[in-house]
Order: sequence, then structure tokens, then C-alpha cells
Amino acid sequence: MKKSEVPQDKSALENFTREVCYVKNENGQYDTELSTGWEAKKVALDEAWKEIERRTSDARERIKKGEASPILYFMEEKLMDFTVLAGYTGIWKFRIKRHLKPGTFSKLSDRVLKRYADAFEISVNELKNFKA
Amino acid sequence: MSEFTHHQTAHCENGVTVSLLKHHGVDFITEPLAFGMGSGLFYIHIPFMKVNNGPAISFRTMPGAIFKRTCKALDVKVERKKFSDPKEATAFLDSKLAQGLKVGCQVGVFHLPYFPKEYRFHFNAHNLIVFGKEGDRYLVSDPVMEITTSLSTEELERVRFAKGALAPKGHIYYPVEVGEITQDQVRYAIAKGIKRNCRDMLKIPGAIAGVKGIVYTSKKIRGWREKLGPRQAGLYLGQIVRMQEEIGTGGGGFRFLYAAFLEEASVIMQNDQLANISEKITKAGDLWRDSALQMSGIYKGRLTEQKDFDACADLLVEISAVEKEAFQELAKIKF
Repeated sequence: MKKSEVPQDKSALENFTREVCYVKNENGQYDTELSTGWEAKKVALDEAWKEIERRTSDARERIKKGEASPILYFMEEKLMDFTVLAGYTGIWKFRIKRHLKPGTFSKLSDRVLKRYADAFEISVNELKNFKA
Repeated sequence: MSEFTHHQTAHCENGVTVSLLKHHGVDFITEPLAFGMGSGLFYIHIPFMKVNNGPAISFRTMPGAIFKRTCKALDVKVERKKFSDPKEATAFLDSKLAQGLKVGCQVGVFHLPYFPKEYRFHFNAHNLIVFGKEGDRYLVSDPVMEITTSLSTEELERVRFAKGALAPKGHIYYPVEVGEITQDQVRYAIAKGIKRNCRDMLKIPGAIAGVKGIVYTSKKIRGWREKLGPRQAGLYLGQIVRMQEEIGTGGGGFRFLYAAFLEEASVIMQNDQLANISEKITKAGDLWRDSALQMSGIYKGRLTEQKDFDACADLLVEISAVEKEAFQELAKIKF
């Protein structure tokens, strides 16, 4: 890539930072140039976020239908997989999978709910009374 | 110890390596040199594994390897420590800062307040330098940022104890002893870095790593439209482009950074062949950029046919051939 060809497109980096790119200068030697972003990858990031929104609204639907517990919604909202959530709560993955069932969820003690709530950075009440 | 100078780099781990070594008087070190000595270039496509619900692909070597290998090759003694208790980790950090040391920390980016929200995924192999403390604020030099920032005790503890894959567990590391580095040692480090990188790109058995891994991905791409449907297939391609181009890569999946290393190495080693091979790696980087453009056409919804997916795959096959030739030539050089 030539220094003059470095894309300077609008991206999520705006007002935070610019990124270093390695490019060829006029003399054909390597140099660095700061870039504000590149449209091709900006769209990739935007699409990834649309997918997260889609998964979160899917989770809402499933909770409404009584197929899943609120834990699913907050997992998707906080971009967590089972490994991440197990790490933050200290609860084993297979137990988390059970807690995704509405019936099991409704019987959870406040102590266990607190661990989930802390991981999601919400209150126990918000978790318990989540309206999909 | 003297004042600390912030250096912005393309990649965080190179940046921590460069800044800490420069701080210890290793003036000649640059980001491309650190990357090359640490054999940073790679390609791997791990099957049956998902990262953020997409394919698990990496264009660089394992996290931590660049710092470790570069320091080792230059005979720099390094101390590192992990913790189970955050309070203990903070106390240890404070004691090192009180001694005037500047230290590298591995962190997760999900809770990193100075990152744009759009970039905050559960990615735990980010690196930054803590170079001081003012009141309750830790002074932070994050190599991908243009300027230095700061974090509160709680914020820093939170990111140092992020959870999930590659959890940092408060990982802290810093050079303790840097001797006089001779020109011979630099040449040795370059030769060793190149040799190891040739091995990684050409010699790993199986189909998923090195130049063969790129062909593996191309085969997968040909099947994605049929198997996953256009939307999911587009997301998968988007994931490849992000791994390849996002902040930290220097562009073209680290290929431009490696080409810059070979250019610097050709001067230090007085070897013109290295400059020629640098051109080939640059070409590979340009082709990676072309393939990103082609892929973006698909996830923008502009391109939807099977032939468009095939065009991406064909580009990857071409890239693999270019890189294979470059590394085979590199492997033949006797230093």
C-alpha cells in the first residue's frame, strides 16, 4: 500500500485515536501513516454489531415465549459466551446452561442471582423482574 | 530511571516491547524489528472453533510470543508474574512503580474505558504499559493510542482480571536486566526470527497453519454461501476482514509490517535479497487488501452470487502461492 492511498474514512475510532499503518513512501521505502479508518472494515464491524442486536432481540422473543430465562438476554447484550460468563460468575458452564431454563431460573436463590447480576453489572431486581 | 516516552505503534504487543526496550536504552529497536525478531507473522484457521460466533482465524503468532522471543534473542532478562488475588496484583504493581519501573500488563478490552464502545469485545490479549501513578490514577501508555491515558485503581483491576479465553490473571511483565547489545547479537536475532518464521509458515504439519492454512480458508469460503446462507456467510467474511485489518495489524494482516521488517533487515544484514523478498510480502499484503474489498462487497449485500465467493477464494489461493514463494526464498538464505 502506498502512503498516498491510505484510506481516511469515518469510523468508530473518531475522537478516540487514529491507527498506525505501514505503507510505502514516495521513495518506495517503508514508512508509517496514521489512518482514521477504512470503509471496508467499518462495514464489517457495523454488521457484527447488527448481528449482536439481532441475537439480543431473538433472546427477548424466546424469553417472552417462555423458552429462556433473562440470563440469555443479558449474556447476548454483554457479548458473553459460556466461558466468559462462567469466568465472571464462578458458576460452572453446565449449571449456567440449566439456569437458562425459565423454570430453573425462577427457583434460584438471591445469592446465585447476585453473582449473575454482578457479572452483568445490573441489580438483582433488574435481573429478576426483567420484562422481555 | 528516566522519563518515560510514549510510542504509538500498529500492534499492542510490539508497542510494549519497543517502548520498554527503548526505555532501557535499546535505541535501535523499531516496531518492525521487534515483530520480525519475534517471528510475529503467521496464519492459522482453527476448525470447529468459534470466536464471537465466527471463524477462528489469526494472522499473527500466539499472544506473548513476540515480547518473549525478542527479549530472549537480545539477552534481555524478563520477570513476569500472574496472580489469583486482584489486591495482591495491585500491591505488586504499586511496589514496582515505587521502584521507578515501567511495566507491561496484559488486559481485556471489554471494560477498557478509553476504547470506543464498538471495539469493546471480550478480547483478553491486549497489552499496555503502566508507567506511573498520580493520586489514584495509574498513568497508562497504550501503544495503539496516539497519546497516553490513565485508569483508576478499580478500572485497572477490572481489565487486568478480565475473564474468558486467555484471561490475563493480572499478568505483569518487565525487563530487569538489559546488557550491552552488540551488532552481532542484532544480526543473530534477525536471522533467528526469520528462520523460525519460515518454519511457522512452511513446515507445520496439517492443513490449517501457515501458507497451507490460507488455502484451507479458501476451500471453506467456497462452501459458506451454500452451507450458511448469504447473511451468515457475509458475517463470517466480515470476521476475516476484521482479524486482518482491524487496529493493531498495520494493514494487510500484518504483511506490510513484516515487509517493513525485511526492508530494515536487508540494510542491517547487508543482503539485497531480503529487500526483494520484502517486495513480495508487500504484494501479498496488497492482495489481502484486495480480498478484503471483495469480501466487503459481499457483506454490504452488493455481491451475492457464488462466483463472488469463488473470487474471494481464488484471491486467497493466489496469496498463499505468493507467500509460499517468498518464504521458500527466505528459507534458502544463509546468514
